Amino acid sequence: MRALIYILCSALVVAVAYWAYTENYTTQASNRRVEELHRQIASEKEAIAIMRAEWAYLNRPERLAELADLNFERLQLVPLAAQHFAELETIPLPPRNIVIPNNPVSVSSDGGKQYP
Amino acid sequence: MRRTPLRPLAHVISAREQGENPDLIEARERAKRNQAAQVKTRVRAENRLLILGLAFIVGFGAVGGKMAYLASSTPAEPKEYVSGSQIINQRADILDRNGNVLATNMSTQALYAQPPLMVDPKKAADDLYLIFPDLDHKRLVRDFTSGKRKFIWIKKRLSPEQRQRVHDLGEPGLLFGNREMRLYPNGKLAAHILGGTRFGEEGVRAAEVIGVGGVEKYFDTMLRDPALEGSPLQLSIDLTAQSATRQVLEDGMRYMNAKGASSILMDVHTGEILSMVSLPDFDPNDRPRNAVSGDPSDSPLFNRAAQGLYELGSTFKIFAAGVSLEKGLGNPQTMIDTTSPMKWGKFKIKDFKNYGPELSMEDVIMKSSNVGTARMAMAAGSSAQKRMLKDLGFFEAVPVELGEASRTKPLLPKNWSEISTITISYGHGISATPLHLATAYAMLANGGYQVKPTLQRLDTTDARGQRILSAQTSQQLMSMMRRVVGEEKGTATMGDVEGYEVAGKTGTADKPKPSGGYYEDKVIATFASVFPASNPKYALVVSLDEPEIEAVGEKRRTAGWTAVPVAAEVISRVAPILNLRPIAPKQQITYTSSDNQ
Repeated sequence: MRALIYILCSALVVAVAYWAYTENYTTQASNRRVEELHRQIASEKEAIAIMRAEWAYLNRPERLAELADLNFERLQLVPLAAQHFAELETIPLPPRNIVIPNNPVSVSSDGGKQYP
Repeated sequence: MRRTPLRPLAHVISAREQGENPDLIEARERAKRNQAAQVKTRVRAENRLLILGLAFIVGFGAVGGKMAYLASSTPAEPKEYVSGSQIINQRADILDRNGNVLATNMSTQALYAQPPLMVDPKKAADDLYLIFPDLDHKRLVRDFTSGKRKFIWIKKRLSPEQRQRVHDLGEPGLLFGNREMRLYPNGKLAAHILGGTRFGEEGVRAAEVIGVGGVEKYFDTMLRDPALEGSPLQLSIDLTAQSATRQVLEDGMRYMNAKGASSILMDVHTGEILSMVSLPDFDPNDRPRNAVSGDPSDSPLFNRAAQGLYELGSTFKIFAAGVSLEKGLGNPQTMIDTTSPMKWGKFKIKDFKNYGPELSMEDVIMKSSNVGTARMAMAAGSSAQKRMLKDLGFFEAVPVELGEASRTKPLLPKNWSEISTITISYGHGISATPLHLATAYAMLANGGYQVKPTLQRLDTTDARGQRILSAQTSQQLMSMMRRVVGEEKGTATMGDVEGYEVAGKTGTADKPKPSGGYYEDKVIATFASVFPASNPKYALVVSLDEPEIEAVGEKRRTAGWTAVPVAAEVISRVAPILNLRPIAPKQQITYTSSDNQ
C-alpha cells in the first residue's frame, strides 16, 4: 500500500514537472507574441498619428476656404452669416401622415423633432 | 518480525526446576524489550532530524542562492510591465475646443555622417550637396575628408523623399537617426498661442522635444509627462473662429495700412479665450530665431495681444463712468461739465471738438469727451479709480497660460497724482495689453463679476468669481456702450452689425516716441466691444497699430474709421460660427436719453 502511494506520488511529481515545463515554454511563447503585438500596436499607432496629422493638415481652414473658392460654381459655398439662421417655423415640414421608410436615417435640427 | 513471549515456556520450566522465581525472567525479558524499543525510537528520531536538517539546508540554500544570483546579476525589468509605456513616449497633442488638432507629432529622421565609415567621402559630399543645395559644400568636403571629424550632424529633419534619395546613395557613412517632429498642421494660425518647440538633448536614436513659447512652453512638463499617457491638451480656442478672425484681421490690416494688428475674443462668463490673433505672425513649424537686435515688438514672434503694452486711450472712459455709477455720483442722465479746454494747473485738457458746456454722462461716453471723463474721474477721486482698475486686473500681469503674458506687467504711474487720475480716466499714462482690456470688458459685461482669462477649455458655462460691480451698473454701462455703436452720433457707428447688438468703446491713442513725447501721425486704434448688448456673451478687442486710411477726402486714423469696421467684420463672421443666433430687430428702438434732438 505504502509503496503504491510512493509510486503514485513520484508519478505525480513527474507529471507536474512536465506540465510546468510545457507551461514555461507556452508562457515564453506568449510573451514573445505579446512583444510582437506591442510592436505592431506601436507601428499602427504611429500610422494613425501620421494619418491624423495628415487629416488635420488637409482640413486646415486655409485650404478648405481655398477649395470652397475654387469650387464656388459647383458648390456655391459662402462664409456662414447671420442671414443663414432661420426660425424652425419657417421651414416647411413634411405632412403628418408621412410614411417612414424601412431604413430611416436620424435627422435632427436645433430644437427640432428627432426621428429614430 | 518474530516476537519473543515475555514468559517463554522453556525458560520458565528450567527456572522452576532450579527453584528460581519465574517473574525474574519476565522482568529480564521486559527490560530487553524496552531497550530495543528505545534504540528504535532513537534511530527514527535521528533520521527525522536528518531529513528536517536537509529540508532546511535545501530551503535556505535556495533562498541564499537566489540572493547571490540577484546580487551578482544585472537588474532587468520584468517584461510584462513594459506593455504600454514604450508606445506612449510621444509629446501629447494639443487640440482646439472642438477636438481639432492644433499640434501633433510625426516621426521623421535626422541625417548624420560618420566619415571613418565612408567609402568615398568626396563623392558623398558632392552627392549630398545635390540633394540639399542649402548645405555648405566646401565645409562638407572639408569635414568629410579631413579625417578629424568622427561624427557630424547634417540635417535635423528629413522628408521621406529626401531620406530615400540619401539612402539611394548607398554610402555606409551616412546614417539616419529617429526623430519625433512637432507638427502644426494649421501653419500660421494660432502661432502665438502655440508658440513652438525645438530639439533639446539630442542622441542618435532620439531627441527631446522642448516647448519654447506659448502653451507649448507653459504646459511643457504636462505635455511630456508619460504618466498622463499622451492624453491631449484641450485649449479654449475655436479653430474656425480663429481662422475667420485671422483672415479678416489680415485683410483689415492691409486695407488700413497698419503695420500690426491684434484681436482677442473672450467668453464673458468663463474667461475662455476663443481666438487670439496677433499680426504679423510666424509659422511655428519653422519658428524664426529670437531677434537679437532692434525693437523686439517688431519681431513676428511678439504677441501684440498678450505682450504689447499700449496706452489704450478712450476705451478706458467706460471705467470712469463705472466708478461714478458705482459710487452713486449720478446716473447715465446726470449732466457733466464739458467746457473745453479744461485747465488743470499747467495742463490743458481738450476734446476732439468742442461739445458745448455740458453733456449727460451717456453722451460723454457716446461722443468720447475727454473733459467730461476727466470731470467724472475728479469727482470720484483717485482711490475709487485705483480700486476699480485693480479689480479689473490692470495692476497685475494677465494670469493666462502664456509665459509671455505673465512677464508683461502693465505700466502704471509711479506717483498716482491728480493729473494721473485725470489722464488715466481717458486712457493715457497707463499702458496695458489688449488682453487686459478684453478681460476688463468681459467683467463689465458679465454682470460685474471677476473672471480669469484662460486658454484651457473649461467644462462649465459659468466661471464667474467675485462681484466687483453691481448688476445695475453693469447693465447701465452696457446700454451706454450700445449707444456708442447704435446711435447716429456715436464714435463707432460702423461697428453696428445687424442682429448682434454690438456695444463698445473706441480708443485712439497717439504712440509715444522712444525719445519722449508723442507722435503726431502714429496711433494705436482700438475698439473694445461686447455683443450682444442685451445678453452679453462675448467680448472682442481689435487693435490696429499705425492705421491710416483715405476716406471722405481726408486721412483718417481714429478707431471709428479703422479698428471699428474691422471689428464689425470680425463679429459678422465669427458670431454665426459660434452659433450665436441674430436677434430680430425691434420695431421701435427707444432710448431714454436727454439728447434725442
